[in-house]
Amino acid sequence: MRYFPHGKNSIKQMLEDIGVNNIEELFEAIPDSNKRKTEIDFKPKSENELMEYFKNLSEENRYPSYKRFLGAGAYEHLIPEVVNYISGKGEFVTPYTPYQPEVAQGTLQATFEYQTMIANLTGMEFSNASLYDGATAAAEGILLAWRVTRKNRFLIAGSIHPEYLQTIQTYVKNLGIIIETIDWDEEGRVSKGDFEQKYNENVGGILIQSPNFFGIIEDYSWIKEKIGENKTLLITAVAEALSLGILKPPSFYGADVVVGEAQSLGLYPSYGGPTLGFITTSNKKFLWELPGRIVGETVDADGNTGYVLTLSTREQHIRRERATSNICSNQAWCIIRASVFLSVYGKQGLKELAYQNIQKANYAKEQMKKRDIKIKFDAPVFNEFVIEVEDAEKVYNSLLEKKIICGIPLKWFFPEDTKSILITVTEVVSKEDIDLLIKELEEIK
Amino acid sequence: MIKKREQIVFKYSEEGKKGYSLPPLDVEKKSYIPENLLKDENKGMPEISELEVVRHFTALSHMNYSVDEGFYPLGSCTMKYNPKINEKISSFDNFLMAHPYLPYSLVQGNLKLMKTLEDRLKDLTGFDYFTLFPSAGAHGELAGMMMIRKRLELDGNSRKIVLIPDSAHGTNPASSHFAGYAVKEIPSGEKGYLEAETVKEYLNEDVAALMMTNPNTLGVYEKDIKEIAELLHKNGSYLYMDGANFNALMGYVKPAEIGVDVLHLNLHKTFSTPHGGGGPGAGPVGVVEKFRDVLPVPVIRKKDGVYYTDFNIPRSIGKIRSFYGNFGVLIKALVYIMELGAEGLKKATEFAVLNANYIREKLKDTYELPYNTKTLHEVVFSENSFKKFGVKTVDLAKRILDYGFHPPTVYFPLIVHGALMIEPTETESKTTLDDFIDVMKKIHKEAEENPELLKEAPHYTPVKRLNEVLAAKKPKLKYKEEE
Repeated sequence: MRYFPHGKNSIKQMLEDIGVNNIEELFEAIPDSNKRKTEIDFKPKSENELMEYFKNLSEENRYPSYKRFLGAGAYEHLIPEVVNYISGKGEFVTPYTPYQPEVAQGTLQATFEYQTMIANLTGMEFSNASLYDGATAAAEGILLAWRVTRKNRFLIAGSIHPEYLQTIQTYVKNLGIIIETIDWDEEGRVSKGDFEQKYNENVGGILIQSPNFFGIIEDYSWIKEKIGENKTLLITAVAEALSLGILKPPSFYGADVVVGEAQSLGLYPSYGGPTLGFITTSNKKFLWELPGRIVGETVDADGNTGYVLTLSTREQHIRRERATSNICSNQAWCIIRASVFLSVYGKQGLKELAYQNIQKANYAKEQMKKRDIKIKFDAPVFNEFVIEVEDAEKVYNSLLEKKIICGIPLKWFFPEDTKSILITVTEVVSKEDIDLLIKELEEIK
Repeated sequence: MIKKREQIVFKYSEEGKKGYSLPPLDVEKKSYIPENLLKDENKGMPEISELEVVRHFTALSHMNYSVDEGFYPLGSCTMKYNPKINEKISSFDNFLMAHPYLPYSLVQGNLKLMKTLEDRLKDLTGFDYFTLFPSAGAHGELAGMMMIRKRLELDGNSRKIVLIPDSAHGTNPASSHFAGYAVKEIPSGEKGYLEAETVKEYLNEDVAALMMTNPNTLGVYEKDIKEIAELLHKNGSYLYMDGANFNALMGYVKPAEIGVDVLHLNLHKTFSTPHGGGGPGAGPVGVVEKFRDVLPVPVIRKKDGVYYTDFNIPRSIGKIRSFYGNFGVLIKALVYIMELGAEGLKKATEFAVLNANYIREKLKDTYELPYNTKTLHEVVFSENSFKKFGVKTVDLAKRILDYGFHPPTVYFPLIVHGALMIEPTETESKTTLDDFIDVMKKIHKEAEENPELLKEAPHYTPVKRLNEVLAAKKPKLKYKEEE
């Protein structure tokens, strides 16, 4: 077995030194009544057999020959090869959490740089060092607001990613937190009317997503105005982090906390994971309430700059049941990918990449409109939008037969909505494919 | 030449530098978005060429210690070798580019892979069901405790308290808290394991569950576990097992057979997926039949030869995150399990226990063993043998860095003063272990003869000992240009 470096002699010698006759003796501490009663029987495979087995298995995924217009929280973007090269280095792949900072400056500094960039993109001052994903980040955002405001009623836009909403509900239901959703208006934006009906000073936080689940860019300064002097936090969720490369940051709208998913910044869709959840804020008072790891700058004994995990008295390993979160392992390696991605694209590249998304998606939207394909919401969108057809599932299935995955029928999340399809167009989709989709849609809508 | 220091990435930045190439836009440019929604520029983002980025991160990589570089005996973390074929296979295009909302018919490979992993984990642990979606051990704990709560709730009373031994990982009480429970800490006993008699004293109608790690954080097998499970069940409570240390049990114990109701595994520990500097991991949760209808959604099923995910589970605790967990991590764990086979995994456990006991034997006359009880995959020493020289555990740990090894876990478990927790794993050779043992003895001698050497350590790392107090006192969490 190639992962066990013991020769016969070593084993014999070690057993002798320990003073036992065989390895089984070392397991005498386990009572016989506890030892396994049933067999475990599956055979080992060689490297070559494994490669073949998994190659075949991966080829049972028959989607590559299909044209795809998919997003909704997981996006395909152009990832420079240098991201794979650097994140593949064993020095980044195989260390543990940087508990010994003197030999982990690589991970720590890269994380500090990531924190800087994600904070800057969201317009905030402080970022943590990742959460599992956008959905759990949204839940942690609500929990933070719950601790800070000591209020237990929260308003959440019904137009956030449905899986985020579901996850939040799972996270809060045993804690006495009440969640109410706010409707969207006919343009797909957070409904002012519904907000006004539901909001009062007893609300601890308002969570909205922009671009929202329907792709619409929210213009939500009015929410902060309505909150006024009340102790209610405005939390913005960003499920498509690339949008931050061109859209006004959540800070512009007065967000107190930003949560979201940064998979777009250097991670492949990978069937939905690993992902990269983030949380940022500008409020110094919230620092000690943030969940997860945080990297801070400091100096070493010689006065040289260095980086460490910090503010750890918030965390479970010290504060146990009074910790701000139970999170321990997070998504650290994904940060390396995001750091490289953000470094190479940088100031201009992010804008250009985001711009291409706007152009392509809106081209598709405009062309469809011209061909009388009904656009459900007409507000400005980033890289996805919703169309309405007679029978969404039927359209989806007939296009599937033509090897086109036209998007996501919203029925999957909103069972009563049988007409809508969420279509995503990122920079990886060619004009030719967009035109093909339009042509096919026009024929069967 | 290896750099000891690397400037912050932003210092490479200069207006007009470019590190990317994009294809030309193939649609006509138009202004679709009102100006007031767009920002002027990406403030605080760098502009750097590709080579500079490569050099920057390469320099950073040199400042990291890793399993690829050397011995990493962090107790409780199971820093075993991360096989390279795992990385290769998990990066097959057809896995990487799969979107989570593809129709089932087009991702049968992914679904089959997950179902197969579930089956193998069931084989190893004896549980009836697994959910693979928790993203880390603590996430698994949370999902597991939520399932226990939901089960109890459905049966009429969610109860109030979770019992947790004082030797437990901090995530256990934190996860219980976020599942809505109060935590009652119970003493783990003089012999280093939780005695059934102790549990009896704490049981009452408010107890929802007991969370225990087995082997526990001292490396001691919880030999009363079966009896404890019976006591709990008689009381209408459940037994949650933290499977962080399952590397000590593969092929020997199936937790479901000894009365464990819910268990999480750490694929990034026992099943060789890399830690990546702190994740992504995966913390699948196994449950017995009783919990079938409260599993998180979705559940992977097979019907008429086709795999699909079932979201229609009315009593489910709900969704615990987006999509299907850290799928890329799941691939790596299955590759590992299939490479070793059932016998190989048992061997892994045996060598892990052999290695830990070898270190224990060789160091027990130099360092103090706080408990004399036999241990399995890890061993914990206390500070008592070197404290008298004015040296702290942290000093000793920093000195280990000077010798090119990663130190053990320190100051944990909390029940051992100045703990040094050593878990060598099965993938280390006798030669490596001997080198480490020599270093540990040598440092102990240094502690006695020249304690300053330890107190000022490390001496040879890229940076000297870092001021963690300052970092927390004046938090500086982001780079600012003007500074």
